[in-house]
Amino acid sequence: MHDMSTHAVPHGAPTSFIRKHVFSIDHKVIGKQYYALALLAALIGMVLSWIMRLHLGYGSLAIPGLHLLSKNGALGDVMTPEYYLQLMTMHGTIMVFFVLTTAPFAAFGNFFLPIQTGAEDMPFPHFNMMSFWVTFTAFLVLVASFFTGTGPTLGGWTQYAPLSAIGDVGGPGEGLGVVLWAASIAIFCIGQLLGSLNFITTTLDMRCKGMSLMRLPLTAWAWFITSIMGLTAFAVLMPACLLLILDHVAGTSFFRPSNAVINDQVLPGSGGSTLLWQHLFWFFGHPEVYIAIVPGLGIVSHVLITNMRRPMLSHRVLIYSMGALALLSYMVYGHHMFVSGMNPVSSLAFSFPTLVITIPSTIVVLIWLGSLYGSRLRINSASLFALGFISMFISGGVSGFFLAQPSIDIMLHATYFVVGHFHLVMGVAAMFGIFAGTYFWFPKMTGRMMNETLGKVHFWMSFVGAYCIFMPFHYLGIAGNVRRYQAFTDDYLIPLIPVHKFITIAALFTGFAQLIFVYNLIHSRFWGKVAPNDNPWEGTSLEWSTATPPPHNNFGDKMPVVYHDPYQYSVEGASADYVMQTSTEQLKNTDEEK
Amino acid sequence: MATTVHEPPKIEPRRFPAEGSGNGGWRNLVPASGDPRRVKGSSPPPASTGIWVALASITMTFAAFTSAMIVRQGTAPLVHITLPPILYLNTLLIIASSITLELSRKQIAAFMGGVRGKDHSAIPSRWLYVTLFLGLLFVAGQTFAWIQLKAQGIGLATNISYSFFYVLTVAHALHVFGGLGGLVRVIGKVHHSVLRRSTLDATSRYWHFMGGLWVYLLLLLWMKL
Repeated sequence: MHDMSTHAVPHGAPTSFIRKHVFSIDHKVIGKQYYALALLAALIGMVLSWIMRLHLGYGSLAIPGLHLLSKNGALGDVMTPEYYLQLMTMHGTIMVFFVLTTAPFAAFGNFFLPIQTGAEDMPFPHFNMMSFWVTFTAFLVLVASFFTGTGPTLGGWTQYAPLSAIGDVGGPGEGLGVVLWAASIAIFCIGQLLGSLNFITTTLDMRCKGMSLMRLPLTAWAWFITSIMGLTAFAVLMPACLLLILDHVAGTSFFRPSNAVINDQVLPGSGGSTLLWQHLFWFFGHPEVYIAIVPGLGIVSHVLITNMRRPMLSHRVLIYSMGALALLSYMVYGHHMFVSGMNPVSSLAFSFPTLVITIPSTIVVLIWLGSLYGSRLRINSASLFALGFISMFISGGVSGFFLAQPSIDIMLHATYFVVGHFHLVMGVAAMFGIFAGTYFWFPKMTGRMMNETLGKVHFWMSFVGAYCIFMPFHYLGIAGNVRRYQAFTDDYLIPLIPVHKFITIAALFTGFAQLIFVYNLIHSRFWGKVAPNDNPWEGTSLEWSTATPPPHNNFGDKMPVVYHDPYQYSVEGASADYVMQTSTEQLKNTDEEK
Repeated sequence: MATTVHEPPKIEPRRFPAEGSGNGGWRNLVPASGDPRRVKGSSPPPASTGIWVALASITMTFAAFTSAMIVRQGTAPLVHITLPPILYLNTLLIIASSITLELSRKQIAAFMGGVRGKDHSAIPSRWLYVTLFLGLLFVAGQTFAWIQLKAQGIGLATNISYSFFYVLTVAHALHVFGGLGGLVRVIGKVHHSVLRRSTLDATSRYWHFMGGLWVYLLLLLWMKL
């Protein structure tokens, strides 16, 4: 009576090129596709930042070929103020959605979550395939706005109303550009919801025999927690984007206020709420910060443990802290709105959890530092980037203490201080997490090793370069340098221009380091040293117990059975300094979860 | 008179995994001694968990719409409108469809247990067809309400209350289409393929949720507009 087959819809290995590499339902291929998309998006985002930095540092400098990107925005290859804002908006949107969300969560999570849980695949592989292609479509829709008449939107990645809702009268790109932006993000939300559905069900239902929840590696926990955040946050952003589109195409007034006068024109509108957009956006926006960073917490922990050859001080506390971050991330979104005119009592209500959220963050950092103390860390590109992540996370996190307090935030709001804060804690830290994961898992994903020397050069140039870019931002912010200005012509800003020039040079230097990484990635993929075995880092979790690269169903003929916690390193009396999760060796001197 | 007895459809009960993925269960540990402890029970089928996850996501979406309505009301009062009367009939239709779906589920459960009804020729999909028909009637009724409003010159941009009315009812109807697709799939599996119990359960949960969601939306529209 009972069917004894598996939960996963069994699917044989594809044979055609299209099914194998393009419309694949294999989670590993989908993970690689997400990674390739993130890499492409990161390169575009980086080039945009170079163009912006050259403009900020060197004013009317002509950037050869810039006119090719825009008919009206860069006549004579010098960008207009509006075009600066358009590039800034696209940089932010591409980086936040298509790099920081896509790479650490969707790319690595797709490839490794099923393997680390001991599953053959995700439970809904067709949804998984749709998830990627929907996300890719969203990317195309966004990039298409570059090629429309007035170009992409200039409203910033936060798209505050009423500017985002009033149409072309608001400036170039505020008509069709906003519609394409909102459509792209709404489509992106659908892709991430499908992904989250798979991640959650994989973690809950697809674990192999012996794999209790507490035996999941910290990366799997991070992806699981992130997928819960994604499920709730993207489900709110999507309707917000739909309402914004309706304000443009259907004449509604969800966000369009009455009697707004812009450019000497009285705009149609019937009492739309400008704050409504901020509420809906930031209810998504703040969890999004953690959607970008929590996978990094998992990856860094995983990489460090393997290289320290000992587990973290507390596996459970790390998991609970990541969970607490996720929970609190929904209660703090109002701290983005301290200057929106909200009731001061509300500011206080949002300030308190914002300060509280530093507690789990601090616990995570202290566990890392306490575990690192006295360890003989193996220094390689992956572990260096993991250490770099901690450094950036602390540096960017500390400035969050200041911004969490409404009285200080009123002064620092919308200055470069905020830009420095979020770039360090969310941007650079998350990027370092992606790099750590790439150097660490590259052998498993491709069967080849990345060049370590180039990796270390990449790290040091990125580490020094990132601090040279973003630390001065804090100084600029304290000096009152408002963000989003395309030129610094006020008396109090002119003395700051040398700082901007320094930052521009640092940005070009750091960007060059990323080209080294791209070269290393592509060269190693095809001509790199072949991985010496299936477990080159001597790891313990399930991805290291399968073949390299993993077979179509991840584990070949025999599904794994798990007997141990994920990080059994340096266990006294064990036959080696690491015991894999699938090992049947009995351990006496261990405090494994029971 | 000859009686035709239909071949009962192959209905697959809950599936229990053996060696593949999925039997890690919720807390099935294997002691370090190497002897896997007896598995207490399998994990729930992914379709079962997946549908709850999907419903959570849909709940968040409609919660966002609701909060948008409340915040928007704080900026400028919503205009009072009269809801098209056919909505109340549609409400009865979608509630009735939930009842028929439950009847269908019971019938199928009886079939799975080997219990036949008095009418041997009855196939378990009869109530599924009725449910599908009622669902289609519901969507037709909603469409009729929109056409009625349009005939009166009332559209999405007439005022903010109608904007919310259209957004909520259309968003709900689009989700109902998902449920109708699920019902068609279940009927297809009953007739031509193998129906899993988890698929039927997931579809019925989704359908009941759509019914509950509609009642909530109707109350919201009735109270706020």
